[in-house]
Amino acid sequence: MASVSPDTRFGLRRQARLPGPLPLSSGASLSPVDIAYESYGQMNADKSNVILICHALTGDQYVASDHPVTGKPGWWWRMVGEGRPVDPARHFIICSNVIGSCMGSSGPASIDPALGDPYAMRFPVLTIADMVRAQAMLLDHLGVNRLAAVIGGSMGGMQALTWPTLFPDRVERCVVIASTARHSAQNIAFHEVGRQAIMADPLWRGGDYYADGKVPSAGLAVARMAAHITYLSEAGLTEKFGRRLQGRDAKTFGFDADFQVESYLRHQGLSFVERFDANSYLYITRAMDYYDIAEDHGGSLARAFTATRARFCLVSFDTDWLYPTAESRAIVHALNASGAQASFVELSSPFGHDAFLLESPELNRVVDGFLRGGRA
Amino acid sequence: MSDLLRPDLALIARTVRPGTRVLDVGCGDGALMAALRDTSQVDARGLEIDGSNVAAAVGRGLSVVQGDADTDLSYYPDASFDYAILSQTLQTTRRPDLVVEALLRIGRQAFVSFPNFAHWRGRLSLLWGGRMPVTRLLPDTWYDTLNIHHVTVDDFRALVKDRGWTIDGQWFLKGDKETTHANANLFAEHAVFLLRR
Repeated sequence: MASVSPDTRFGLRRQARLPGPLPLSSGASLSPVDIAYESYGQMNADKSNVILICHALTGDQYVASDHPVTGKPGWWWRMVGEGRPVDPARHFIICSNVIGSCMGSSGPASIDPALGDPYAMRFPVLTIADMVRAQAMLLDHLGVNRLAAVIGGSMGGMQALTWPTLFPDRVERCVVIASTARHSAQNIAFHEVGRQAIMADPLWRGGDYYADGKVPSAGLAVARMAAHITYLSEAGLTEKFGRRLQGRDAKTFGFDADFQVESYLRHQGLSFVERFDANSYLYITRAMDYYDIAEDHGGSLARAFTATRARFCLVSFDTDWLYPTAESRAIVHALNASGAQASFVELSSPFGHDAFLLESPELNRVVDGFLRGGRA
Repeated sequence: MSDLLRPDLALIARTVRPGTRVLDVGCGDGALMAALRDTSQVDARGLEIDGSNVAAAVGRGLSVVQGDADTDLSYYPDASFDYAILSQTLQTTRRPDLVVEALLRIGRQAFVSFPNFAHWRGRLSLLWGGRMPVTRLLPDTWYDTLNIHHVTVDDFRALVKDRGWTIDGQWFLKGDKETTHANANLFAEHAVFLLRR
């Protein structure tokens, strides 16, 4: 049974405690605001080489450094690192843990200063825009006014796309990969399955599980398993597992993990609960479900981008059915209508939504060319 | 730079006024856009259907969107560019007339270049061989060519007249050389038109 305690389980590297208050979309506010972040490279004299990397739902600030819990290399080392499109030799790279998460930034596992106990479900419900405003507060704290680029995939892409809508003058380039401008009914539906799995776990107890360390890991594991399916493609699953059996020659006529795909998903679920807080999963999926940039701009996505002079680069993957190419196209059409400079390409990959995290020379070539281009 | 361009593109690159805004529809790997940007300070945007071409163009720092001229031009606002360019793409579209109409809505002027199907080599091939021409100009067989609307210089002029568009310029190419307007329908391999509404 995994235990969750923010002080011992979740490694803290650089962490800024900002006084706040941070006004939130809900009307509530948050203070203080803790933001854990990693940085790579050096800021140049005119501060023109700063790149913000935004992470996905279950990601964290360890974009290019070993994860303190799992020991695995950074989640986007293929994109960020020496000789990579985002290169600490040329760029000052910041990646911060989103608020609501559990890797050192303020979230439901953080201590509520009013009570001296973890917030749990008293933590305010957040939006993607709130996460972005918190990142802007961190940049203010670090003395960074303008971003040479903001880059993200999946939920990171939602933050990246939100940046120029909230801070049109602070972003020069915006890279949005395998993402969308709004959460669809199908996206919300899958998230609701995950949330219900967590809340149906008897150990969830309305979110108040921090005191005794008995956490709803079974529910969180099921949530992760369901979500993980959406990150893969049918063809990818077939290629990787097919109907092959797991460590046996025949079906057991029981409910063990007979199939390799079952064993794989169980492993994904179990390893996830070692590093993630169930309440954070509730809060972040909720923020994604509330995400709809057009809704925040009178129903017009194009209107969201009229104030910015940022250049945009969008990339989708042909087998991604979580945020399919049509979602990226809708953003491109809105950018064209608003006169923004936009590039868009659909890349081919058998790996579904997860393709953005995997080896993709074409993705790297596109991002590298985009980041180098258009220097004023 | 522009002497490395395909002849019709080099001609367009020479004619586009510096410092203007250009939409290159069917921009391929962005060769023309790059030349316009590098030599004429043109603000160039591209639309291209082939993903690897788009990746190559974005990889050279150009703003190119993967999309289809037949369906995606409707998302560009009126008169948002000085020029819209359609080079060697007209004959591959499902509705060439609507595509040119869209170009003239988006751009104040439009360049349209296409291979002339009535060039004498093609005519000979049909007349004497009874076969669809496979020539230097049209190197693909009928079943694997992307060209679904073959067009001649005279056909295009007739369309221009029918729709009431204005021809601001026209150029004809034989190989990489410009050739005479006289009998262009017989002797030109490529035609380049500059139109406005």
